[in-house]
This record gives sequence, structure tokens and C-alpha cells, in this order.
Amino acid sequence: MLTRNRLLAGVSALVAASFALPAAAQDTIKLGELNSYKVFAAFLEPYKKGWELAVEEVNAAGGVLGKKIEIVSRDDNGNPADAVRVAEELLSREKVAFLIGTFPSNVGLAVADFAKQRKTLFIAAEPLTDKIVWDNGNAYTFRLRTSTYMQTAMLIPDAAKLKKKRWAIVYPNYEYGQSATAAFKKLLKEKQPDVEFVAEQAPPLGKIDAGAVAQALADAKPDAIFSSLFGSDLAKFVREGSQRGLFKGVEVFDLLGGEPEYLDPLKDEAPVGWYVTGYPWYGIKTPEHQKFLDAYQAKYKDYPRLGSVVGYSVVMSAVAAIKKAGSLDQEKLVAAMAGLSHSTPFGTITYRTLDHQSTMGAYVGRVGLKDGKGIMTDWRFVDGKDALPSDAEVKKMRPAN
Amino acid sequence: MTFASVVIQLLNGLAAASSLFLVSAGLSLIFGVTRIVNFAHGSLYMLGLYGAYSLIEALGRTPLGFWSAVILAALAVGLVGVAIELVVLRRIYRAPELFQLLATFAIVLVIKDVALAVWGSEDLVGPRAPGLSFPVEILDRRIPAYDLLLIVIGPVVLALMWLLLARTRWGALARAATQDREMVGALGVDQAKLFTSVFFVGAVLAGLGGALQIPREPANLEIDLSVIADAFVVTVVGGLGSLGGAFLAAVLIGVAKAFCIGFGFSKLTLVVEFVIMGLVLVMRPYGLLGKPPAMARAVGEPAPPLQPPRRWAVGAWLVLFALVPLLGDRYVTVLMTDITCFALFAVSLHFIMGPAGMVSFGHAAYFGLGAYAGALLFKKAGLPMELALVLAPFVAGLFAVVYGWFCVRLSGVYLAMLTLAFAQISWSIVFQWDELTAGSNGLVGVWPSMWLSGKPAYYYLTLALCGAGVALLWRALFSPFGYVLRAGRDSPLRAEAIGIDLRAFQWAAFVLAGTMAGLAGVVFAFSKGSISPSSVSIAQSTDGLVMVLLGGVETLSGPVVGAALFTWLRDTLARETDYWRAALGLMILLIVVVFPQGLVGGLKALYARWRPA
Repeated sequence: MLTRNRLLAGVSALVAASFALPAAAQDTIKLGELNSYKVFAAFLEPYKKGWELAVEEVNAAGGVLGKKIEIVSRDDNGNPADAVRVAEELLSREKVAFLIGTFPSNVGLAVADFAKQRKTLFIAAEPLTDKIVWDNGNAYTFRLRTSTYMQTAMLIPDAAKLKKKRWAIVYPNYEYGQSATAAFKKLLKEKQPDVEFVAEQAPPLGKIDAGAVAQALADAKPDAIFSSLFGSDLAKFVREGSQRGLFKGVEVFDLLGGEPEYLDPLKDEAPVGWYVTGYPWYGIKTPEHQKFLDAYQAKYKDYPRLGSVVGYSVVMSAVAAIKKAGSLDQEKLVAAMAGLSHSTPFGTITYRTLDHQSTMGAYVGRVGLKDGKGIMTDWRFVDGKDALPSDAEVKKMRPAN
Repeated sequence: MTFASVVIQLLNGLAAASSLFLVSAGLSLIFGVTRIVNFAHGSLYMLGLYGAYSLIEALGRTPLGFWSAVILAALAVGLVGVAIELVVLRRIYRAPELFQLLATFAIVLVIKDVALAVWGSEDLVGPRAPGLSFPVEILDRRIPAYDLLLIVIGPVVLALMWLLLARTRWGALARAATQDREMVGALGVDQAKLFTSVFFVGAVLAGLGGALQIPREPANLEIDLSVIADAFVVTVVGGLGSLGGAFLAAVLIGVAKAFCIGFGFSKLTLVVEFVIMGLVLVMRPYGLLGKPPAMARAVGEPAPPLQPPRRWAVGAWLVLFALVPLLGDRYVTVLMTDITCFALFAVSLHFIMGPAGMVSFGHAAYFGLGAYAGALLFKKAGLPMELALVLAPFVAGLFAVVYGWFCVRLSGVYLAMLTLAFAQISWSIVFQWDELTAGSNGLVGVWPSMWLSGKPAYYYLTLALCGAGVALLWRALFSPFGYVLRAGRDSPLRAEAIGIDLRAFQWAAFVLAGTMAGLAGVVFAFSKGSISPSSVSIAQSTDGLVMVLLGGVETLSGPVVGAALFTWLRDTLARETDYWRAALGLMILLIVVVFPQGLVGGLKALYARWRPA
């Protein structure tokens, strides 16, 4: 039974815990990580496992600059205001060396701007928004993951090859879906000037009325569909679309549809033949991936998702930057990040000096079925550096600083 | 759109309406009888989905397995509803109005984390309905057979509910309690049992609504909050307590959404239901089929008059606050800046909700619009930061002038829902007007001028501005203006009889509160350097409500204490445990059960009891 005294004792303990300054531990290098663990749990649980594995490996190998690394992780609640607050807490109370993490675009952009204000390095791990390195780019922010533009550009060769004239588009109504759609239209039009976009549906994120959307798209009689749906929206769209015959004789592209996070829940309903980007962990045979895969499976008895690779790689980036800078001075770290190259499960990546975007690539292929589970088939790896716009175009978008 | 697609979109809309009707009917029933705004109703729906998924896996993907799973899941959710009623709500029926909302909010947090722990984070895609997975051809177009079945299920449940309510003794009691709950009690009906049974039926309906969606919707952790907003809208548009109204409203909204999509205005689906709700409430203040509520007798005692603050106490607190930056922990200053902003936000909400008796479910509109106004004046109009800071609250006030004019014409939950409608319409404009507001990304680079860029400097500015705001609102409460508001809350008839133009006063109160919320918003925005649509969202409005109720709506300092406690708890718990939502929910439940008048109200009562006579 909970007595008032115990309640009081518990509350006082909490108060004490929250105001006590953490003991200064000088023998480790602390990295501040923040992410929307509860709001985007499906993607971020594997991500967390990824960075935990990386920390273990780095420390087993002796750490960096003679010290072990430690990650102080916080939940930002998927909300930019909360994110800025926990970022502040990481810097001023935990005294972390710099910041990594974030998932949704708005949180990534807010933390990037905060990093600029505080003159602190920030490696944005997950946000896909193009703006974080281009329109809103700043000197202190670097981004690891293949961006919306890059993933879209990777699908363009296949889309153009089909020579389909009538395209319909469906996307979740927020930054990511809007940018993907804009990039897709622009790039396809360049390759295939006679293309027509006959229908566009922008359902709210997580609330697609899939039957009505599928019907509206079918009414436009498209030859092909470009979708940037993911998560439960994608699952609903796949089911309603196939029941209603929307996909019969129509080629479909889905931007993130091959990522295990979104493909696996579909089980035997995985949409065979769709063109997707994703992560065929079961087929990649490069030594750097094999090493990662073995270690991950040994530690977790589970297979990695794309988020695991991102979480693992962002720690590797951070460690490589510290090693190259040889110090924790912000300006030296930022200088080290520009042009930094290191190995990841997807091969060697480089953070471009031009716009601070990493050249991490992605796997492009088609959805197939094997043993009642969706897989990627006929896939190939596309290096990120081949999916970026020309330097002149980037310079035009990115503010000079 | 051709004739054929119109027909198909109509059928799509009707199919979508079915589940919406079920969950709203449960909500409406529970509200009608118990007067509880059950925020956790969406969570019950979510449990129905997850429960059905697991049971189908266990019982097999056969027609028998599927349908028994659906029924069993609904019944199991009904039992969860009973447990909620017995363990939590029963203890707080006598608490001030809406306090139960706080308890159900805490339950939402707990259920979300329990579902995460039990079912994991990955979406669970259920099977198609065995035996009904084939499409039916209508006018050369295909529609899943299951959707057609859903179209039938809605009216069937409506008919069954009508029979239950009109033809059974239980139904007669439930209807009687909806009309006059004190009279039912006075006639010797065991209210406790009646409430428990009503909760069971309401929860079963929510669970059934969720379970029936399993072939159409993957079980996922975000569904609870998206459903609850829809269900509130349907319930209110239909008229509280009216099942027929709920059905009509569900159909209206379901079909309107399908047509928005069919005609190529898919972006409107974000907001169309709130536009409908706004229009309906402006034209029919009690919803489509609702009736004006019977004159409520006072439940328990009327709220005691507020005590004016003691000057020395306020002074002492101010000195303490001013010392915070000297602690040397920069983060405490940052956290205190947040708390101070939220304190003004909560006090401004309390101003209209407590003494003026107008509950707002959409107070974030003014907070967020103030913040956006400041950011836009600063970034787009190029005004100095100080000037933007001063002007922004008045922009929020202007919106309050417009929104308030409509809102003060309603009362009770209808008023609350109209404020929500305006807030959601504002949110969707902010969310989609890319050129002006940068859409979902929000605006960044909203930093204060050099002389305020240090955290202590900005904290002192926050303390000065928000402190002045709180002082102004509190001063107003003890002026004749404040007494008029209270008179209007406690006895509108008498107030009007002595010649007070009540609506004008309430409107003025609305505008004042909106302006102050805008001040809190713009100070907050400049402290973060960025502003995003989440500051206008339902979540922000709910946070405000939770702060006020947590501290105690019948006390003056309650909202300040609530804001501090809630902000601090969330910050601390999120650091200590992964399951911080459940921890936060349990903490709130504990406070709810121990202090049914809110924290400050409860402490005052304790003090009054223990004080030496």
C-alpha cells in the first residue's frame, strides 16, 4: 500500500535526482543523442540497437583519443520545442561533446538551427528533408542519411525507362512527401518531357482513407504511380489498392517501400513488382556489411533494419570525426567533418565539404515474395554521390556561411 | 467525377462512417449518463484493434475464428472499461467538472505504453476478413465485400442500441440518467452500478469499432489520438447523447471526406471535419439532433470564491525565481523559462475556464498564433525582435476577437468543441501555408536580440513579461470585471436579470485570455529559436488543460503549480525511464485519486484540516 510518507519519499528522491549535477566523469567522451523514440518507435528501436552496438565495438577497440565513449540519449517527443530543450540539457548539464540524432524533418531543422546558434557540431542521423543541408544548411550541421532528393533520384532511371506517360502521385501531406513529390516531378520531366501527372493525392500522415484514395487514383486511369507513403498508410494503401484492382497493369514506385521497417509488416501481401529503395540485409555480401550483420545478429538475435544501419553509422561518423580532429574543440570538429570519409555497413561514405551531406547510398530494387515474406529482388546499390544535383545547383540553394 | 465514381465514393464514405459511428456512440452514451469526457475512448478503440489481431492469430484465420475474435475483443475491451471505471473514475465523480478528463488523459498515456510493451512498436497488419476478402463489382468498379458489410453493420448496431435503450429497463434508466441524473439517484437507483454498466457498453462499442477495422487498418500506436479527435467531432456534430445524431454525423463526415478525396481536394481531409463542426455549431448550438441540456442542478457545492494572493507570498516567490540563474546550472534556467511561459499559458486558460466558466479545448490556437505572429513579424516583416515581441500578443488577441465572438454564444462542452474547431482550422492553415509559415517544418532562426541572447537575460525577460501577464489576469479576477464573470458562471439567469450584458463580458474575457496566451507563445518561440505547427496542435491545448486541472481549477495558484509540476515531471521522467509516458500517466492518476481538487486544492484542504483550531 502506498502511504503518504512513501509517496513523499519517492517524490523527494525524484526532485533530488533531477537537480543533482551529474558527477563529472573525465575518462569518457560523452555524445549527446536525441530522438523521437516514442513517436516513431517502429523505426527508432532498431536505430537504438544500432548505436548501442557501435558504442560497444568502439569501446572494445579502445575508444577514441584514449577514452571510452558514452552516449547520453534523450527522447524529444517528436516536438521541436522539446527537442531544443533536451539539446540544451545535453549540452549544459551533461556536457556532451556534440549532438547527434533526430528523426522528423521539423525536429531536425530546429536542432540544426540550435546547433548553429550554440556553435556546436550536430550530425543529423535520420531526417530526410533536403532543406537541412540545402535551403536551411549551416556550418555546424551535417547529415548522414540518404536524403529525400537522393532516394527519389535513385528511382528516376527505372521510372524514365518505362516510358509511361500518365503518372499519378500519392504522398503523405508534410515536408517529406511534398519534397519527394516535387523532386520526382522535376527530375522525371527533365528525362521525359512529355510526361503527364494526372492525379495527386495528399492524405494526412497516418490517416489515409485508403479506399477512397485508391478509387480516386484509379479514376484518373494512370499508367504508373509514384508513392512516398510508408508505415500504416502504406499498408492500408497496398491492401485497398490490390482489392480494388488499382495496381493491375500499372507500374508502382514507392520511395521507402523496401525498408524492412515498412515492408515486413505487409507479410504475404507485399506488393510484388513495385520499384522501391530499401535495405536487402539478407543479400548484401560485402565484407563490411557481413561483419555488421554477424555482430548485430549475435548481440540481438534479430536481423537489422535500415534504422540499425543508420544508428550504427552515425556513431562511427562521430568517432571518426573526433579521431580526425584530435580534440573536442567545436571548430576543429566541424573542420574535421568536412570531407570526412569512413567505413559503414554500406561501404565508405564521405561528408561533402560543399553541403555537409554524406554520400551514403541506398539499395534500389523491386519487391518480391519469398516464403510468405516481402523481399527485395534484382536490387543494386546506388552510391549517394551519384544521386545528387550538380554543385552549381547546390550552391544556389545553400546560403553562404 | 463520373456518376460511377460518385457512387463508389459514397459507399467508401459510408463504410468509413461505420466504425466512426460505433466509437462515437460509445463516447456519446458515456458522456450522456456520467458527464465524463472520456479522453481514453480512442485508446479503447486501439485496444480493440490489437486485441482482435492477437485473438485472430490464436483462433485461426477462418470465418468462425475471425468473428469470434472480433466479438471477444470487443467484450474484453468492455472489461477494460469497467476496470477503468471501478479503479479510477468511481473515486472522483464528486470532483469539479472536467476533472475526470485529467484522469482519462493519464489513462491514455498508460494504455499507450502498455500496448507498446505487449505488442511492440511494429505495425501489425491483420488478415482480410475470411470469406469476405473478394471484391464486388459495382458499375465496373470493385469494392471489397467487407466494406459493404460494414455499411450494413452501422445501422444494425444503431437499431440494436435503440432497442436496448428504448425497450429495456436498463435503457430506461440510462435515458433517465442522461436527462436528470440527480433525480434518478433520488429515486433510489444505484448509480454506481448504472455507471459501471454504461461504461461497459460504451467500451464494448469502442472495442467493436476497433476490432471491425482489423481488415482495413493495421494495429498501430498512433491510432488512439487520431480516433478520439474524430469521435469527439462526430459526437458533438450529432448532438451529445443522441445516437441517431451520432450516426448522421458519422455518415456526413465520412462521406464528406470521401468526396474531398474523390474531387481531388485531398489536402482538405485534414480539416474538413472541423469545418463541418464549426458550421454546425454556429448554426445549431446543440448539434444536429441534440437538445438543450436540462437545467443542471448544482453538483455538490459551487466553487468557493478565489482568495486573492498574499502580497508577501508573491514577493517571496518572485525573489526565489529571480535567484534561479545564480544556481549556476544553466539548464535549470532553461527549464524555468519553459515553466514560466507555460504558467502564463495555463493561467490564461484558467481565467476563462475557471472563474468565467468557459472551457476551451483549443487554447493552443492563441499560444501558437502569438508565436507565429512574432516569428513572422520578425523574419518576414523584418521588425526588430523587441517590437515583434510586443505586437504578437495583439495578433493573437485579434484572432480571439473573431473566434470568441462565435464561442461565447455557446456553453459547456459545445463551447469547448467550437474552440477546438477554430484551433484545428488555425492549425491546418499554419500546417499547409508553405509560403508563409513554412508548413510542417515551421520557422527557424527566431532568436532574440544580442542583449537577450544569454539564458539568464532571457529568463529575466520571460519572468518580467509572463509575471506581468499573470499579475494582470489575477488583478482582473478581483476587479468588478472578474466578479461579473463569476456571476455569469454561477448564475447566468440572475446576472442577466440585473442588467449585465453577459456575452459582452465573456467575449472580453476571451480576448484578454487569448492575448495573454499569445504573449506566452511569442516569449516561448524566441526562447526556442524556432516554432512549428505542434505549438498550435491539440496536444498543446491538452497540455494546457492538464496543467490547470492538475493544479486545481478552483484555486488561483493551481495553474502555475500545475504548469510547473507537469513540465518538470515530463522532463525528469523522460530522462529516468524509457516508459516515461506510463510513468507520467501513473503519477497523474495518483494525484487525481489522492487530490480530487487538484494539487493546490488538495493541499489547501489538508492544511485546513490539520491547522490547529
